[in-house]
Amino acid sequence: MVNLAQAWTEEFMLEYPEKAVAVTGGGSGAGIASLLSGTTDIAMCSRNMEKKEIAMANERGIYPKEIHVASDGITLVVNPTNPISKLTIPELSRIFRGEAKNWNEFGGQDLKIVALSRDRNSGTHVFFLEKVVKMGKKKNKDEFAANVLMMPSSQAIVEEIISNPAAIGYIGLGYLNNKQKALAVASDERSSYVFPTVESVKKKIYPISRSLLFYTNGEPTEKFKPFVDFVFSKKGQEIVLKMDFVPIK
Amino acid sequence: MKKLSEFIIEKLIFLSGIASILFVLLILVFLLKEGLSLFRTVNPIDFITGTNWYPISDPPQFGILPLIIGSLFVTFGAIVIAVPLGIASAVYVAEVAPPWLRDFLKSGIELLAAIPSIVLGFIGIITLAPFLKSTFNLSSGLTAMAGSIMLAFMSMPTIVSIIEDSIASVPKSYKEGSLALGATRWQTIYRVTLPAASSGILAAVMLGIGRVVGETMAVLMITGNAAVMPTSMLQPVRTLTATIAAEMGEAVSGSPHYYSLFAIGIILFIISFAINLSADMFLHRSKKKFKVKR
Repeated sequence: MVNLAQAWTEEFMLEYPEKAVAVTGGGSGAGIASLLSGTTDIAMCSRNMEKKEIAMANERGIYPKEIHVASDGITLVVNPTNPISKLTIPELSRIFRGEAKNWNEFGGQDLKIVALSRDRNSGTHVFFLEKVVKMGKKKNKDEFAANVLMMPSSQAIVEEIISNPAAIGYIGLGYLNNKQKALAVASDERSSYVFPTVESVKKKIYPISRSLLFYTNGEPTEKFKPFVDFVFSKKGQEIVLKMDFVPIK
Repeated sequence: MKKLSEFIIEKLIFLSGIASILFVLLILVFLLKEGLSLFRTVNPIDFITGTNWYPISDPPQFGILPLIIGSLFVTFGAIVIAVPLGIASAVYVAEVAPPWLRDFLKSGIELLAAIPSIVLGFIGIITLAPFLKSTFNLSSGLTAMAGSIMLAFMSMPTIVSIIEDSIASVPKSYKEGSLALGATRWQTIYRVTLPAASSGILAAVMLGIGRVVGETMAVLMITGNAAVMPTSMLQPVRTLTATIAAEMGEAVSGSPHYYSLFAIGIILFIISFAINLSADMFLHRSKKKFKVKR
């Protein structure tokens, strides 16, 4: 997500050479902490602020305003020859924790599952860990199994999926093409299975999707309003798509 | 006036001369400062012998043994492939090939060194990994073996050119003596020339190892990067260098995770320092040997 902000900033400063925007990474928590201490104008977040955090902000005379700038849907992909077409989040968790070892446990071929993950430098890795491997439970101690292959980029995952009938991996929606098969995902057995599409991600029906948010203290001021406007402009939202996130417009 | 300019030039040359040592020292100081901070919270023994690498969990686990063994596996495999091939190729270039072919081969080998490692990695992921997967009937071709084969290619130019040099510096009298005694060309090569060049060969092997241990991009792309304790060459491994490259981008500055990556850097520094030192000793020995006997 830092990459997205960086891409916006670079383009923005080309258009407005007199403006300077500085981006710092460190995760959503770091962004909110900076907003609370008044050291940043915009905190970028891939989760909603918690009630406790909003109360803390109010105490300090800061009134966070939430601006939804983009969405993100994590797409599970397999080789097109794999007969599996849908899985639940608990099933995915078992695969990536190394508990489920063979595709025949899910009614597929008798093939050893090869699980592919992004490496730890990716925000998607962290999101997938929390949302899927830990099944959304913060206190859960579950982890990626040690034998999950850590791939350096989404492109590397795509290459392995194309050549390996036993592989499963996750990528941004933007990387999906007809050489891989996307899986429909359900939160649990009782929920309905949803395919990842721009529509289902935007409407948040797809279970592994999230909103990317800006938090500002009150309405955006003159100082950085042009930047927020730029993010919502046609060009800003094109950058969203280019960085493999889902635009909101 | 002349004296003054002499003085200034002398000092400038002196500064340039010690610059590289100064840089190494500065890098070492920085590495130690950042890396040793880890050991305020993590026991160094646990760091080196721990088998779980989960740096962003809560609580984090910093065990780099699988990473060290991963690096050893890839390096060992690459050397096993590259050294026999390198010696054979150097012998051919230096002793057997006709002069016109020799120049052609030498530039070809140098060209191999010019291929960026990321290109080799990319070729590996597209061609080598699927090939290994179908040949050995594996679940995935992204293994230590794939890394070893790619790195063997990368270390070949270093190995061949140093061995070739040391064969060329074997005094002619040795060879002539051997041939005059009625030994065949092949007997001369493997009984006289190669033993005489042995310290050069050892140095070449050490420098080749150094090249392989430090290589990052290609192994990051084709070894699968799973931090398991490997038991075979046909398993995915995660190397020390790949770990730093893959995780530095998102490590929160000043966190134990950040320090642990610098601590891995210290381990790598120690390894390559030891390798370079021993290579240097071998090279030095070979030079001295010939000077005395000539």
